[in-house]
Amino acid sequence: MSWLSDEAVARLRHSANEPDLSGTPYRFAGALGRGGMGAVFLVEDSRLARRVAMKVLDLPDRSGDLEARLLREARVLAQIEHPGIVPVHDVGSLADGRVFYTMKYVEGRRLDEWAGSAASLAERLRLFEKICEPVAFAHSRGVLHRDLKPPNVMVGPFGEVLVMDWGVAKIIRATTGAQVASTQFPDAAAPPSASDSKSGAGDTAHGSVLGTPGFMAPEQARGEVAQLDSRADIYSLGAILKFLAAPAAGEKTPRRLAAIITKAMAQDAQSRYASAQELASDVAGYLDGLPIIAYPEGFFGRAGRLIARNRAAVVLVLAYLVMRIVLILWRPR
Amino acid sequence: MNKIVFGLILGGVLGIFDGLTAYFTPEVRAALVGIVIGSTVKGIIAGVLIGWFARKVNSLALGIAFGLGVGLLLAFGVASMQPGPNHFYFQIMLPGGIVGLIVGYATQKYQSASAPARA
Repeated sequence: MSWLSDEAVARLRHSANEPDLSGTPYRFAGALGRGGMGAVFLVEDSRLARRVAMKVLDLPDRSGDLEARLLREARVLAQIEHPGIVPVHDVGSLADGRVFYTMKYVEGRRLDEWAGSAASLAERLRLFEKICEPVAFAHSRGVLHRDLKPPNVMVGPFGEVLVMDWGVAKIIRATTGAQVASTQFPDAAAPPSASDSKSGAGDTAHGSVLGTPGFMAPEQARGEVAQLDSRADIYSLGAILKFLAAPAAGEKTPRRLAAIITKAMAQDAQSRYASAQELASDVAGYLDGLPIIAYPEGFFGRAGRLIARNRAAVVLVLAYLVMRIVLILWRPR
Repeated sequence: MNKIVFGLILGGVLGIFDGLTAYFTPEVRAALVGIVIGSTVKGIIAGVLIGWFARKVNSLALGIAFGLGVGLLLAFGVASMQPGPNHFYFQIMLPGGIVGLIVGYATQKYQSASAPARA
């Protein structure tokens, strides 16, 4: 009996982690990450000579539930085409029978890494507005993300934003496109997690908890799956906004901005923004010094905001008036 | 409304206001109407020039400097035309310069409806 060397064992272990791409037009180029039910690899599409990301199921799946979930995720993604949502290119099976889908390989940084860089608050808030766009689009197509958080948002080198990981997405209303997914997999679905291992492929059972603590709406944390609507994602967007607006030590979050965060993250879903566009619009209003829904203001508040917004003009007019008064009162002898 | 029209209106309005302040100077109160008309024409000319500049050059600093220069130059012309030994250079050029400065600032900040932009 001969023993394998450590080097050989390491090589075998490495090979076992690589997907078997024989019979596909893809060539392995590296590992990108690993999620709840699948691993994501960087592969090269030899037909188009481009790099794409391949998500492959990497858990035993005797029931076929996980396979159905992965396919469903791919179909959901395929139905919500938007510049801010990572596009699916291909779907199929590997030689070993595992299901995969390929998607655009996103080069960039995760939002949590990007936010740590020297970006100003205004830059971070402008980027937040961009995050709201694909989410609003998905909502308009009847799809909830349900796991919005900084690691699931990629920021490209030119400031473009891509919302990733729609693995726990829920279809709340089948539109023409989403009909494909909902016909095949009739109910709202999500990939498995420790908490919902009993639920089927196409169904997230009531009481199941999916999402990330801190970014998950209270009703989502309570497992009220049937009650979830777009306002659950609004809560998560509010949590992302809170993360992006986190003040430096010794500073305070501006009152109007804090009011936006509070409204987006209201415990009662009814008190939140009605849509992601409404939230984005309030953030844009905050940045531009315009009135916002979350912070009703009286006469003095409005006057103060207008003065702050037009500070230079106000200073010039005041300078003019002061100069005029001085000239009226001053009489050269 | 484009920047030239905006400058014209703003310059004209500020010119009227500027001229009306002559009311508080008893020595020239009798000539108030002429002063208001002259001041308005001066404001309109300054506004058009500054608005034209703002359309060509997109720079707040240069716009303000140009406005100040035009305001001072036109006010100098008005002051030098004053009859008598006292030309009131200071009293005429200081407000003229500030009015030009305000119009320069405003025309640079003003965005016409066809080209919206965020501040």
